[in-house]
Amino acid sequence: MTTTDSIKKQIVLRATPARVWRALSNAREFGTWFGVDLRDDFVPGAAIQGKVVYQGKDVAFTFHIERMEPERLLAFRWHPFAVDPEIDYAREPTTLVELALAPAPEGTLLTVTESGFDQLPLARRAKAFEMNDGGWAAQMENIERHVRT
Amino acid sequence: MSARSLAAATRAGAPIFAALGDETRLRIVARLSDTGPLSIARLTEGEAMTRQAITKHLAVLAEAGLVRDMRSGRERLWALEPSPLDTARRYLDLVSQRWDGALARLAALVEVDDD
Repeated sequence: MTTTDSIKKQIVLRATPARVWRALSNAREFGTWFGVDLRDDFVPGAAIQGKVVYQGKDVAFTFHIERMEPERLLAFRWHPFAVDPEIDYAREPTTLVELALAPAPEGTLLTVTESGFDQLPLARRAKAFEMNDGGWAAQMENIERHVRT
Repeated sequence: MSARSLAAATRAGAPIFAALGDETRLRIVARLSDTGPLSIARLTEGEAMTRQAITKHLAVLAEAGLVRDMRSGRERLWALEPSPLDTARRYLDLVSQRWDGALARLAALVEVDDD
């Protein structure tokens, strides 16, 4: 695995693994913090349909749930930054996102690993910078509004 | 370098070598390097080929991550891409930032209420 293939993030959350698991496994709660609008419940093996709002338009996308181990692991595949309606992402490789939970003295240690970026077309990765400017910033504002109200 | 990482590096580099293995495409890269971003009309000037043919060459270069298109007002310009490794790293920074934002929102969500 190269240094450009994956990222890893860790955060200690001041909440029980049970509470964190609910935020990961409940589609509605997941959508709130992840920044997507999800329609279906998470079930291992399921293709979950969702949408993001990009430049005022709804863009559909799919999560493929790979594994669910309560209070331990949620793993899914998706197409990151798949917000250009002119592109058919379905034929492109996906990245694998693993959200692992472990009890910690202060609450719960969450480790996020997203891998498989080297398989994505480089041109698509370059394009993401353009997408990032308006799209994800706007998406963040959507979420902030959602959380405040 | 292990056999596996060498294979990965070769795979990553192959589209770049293929894209540059053509005189017209090499010339396009050299011109963009000299002048900065250019429109297709400007790139077609001085070439014994149609706009469509140049567009195809640009698409091959773009797929290899060597050039990219950008908008400047109503014009579409083509520019040299920073090195593919640079692009790959910057992309990862972007993904990383996105996760930072998401995890901050997750913390806000789970830390406010008692379970």
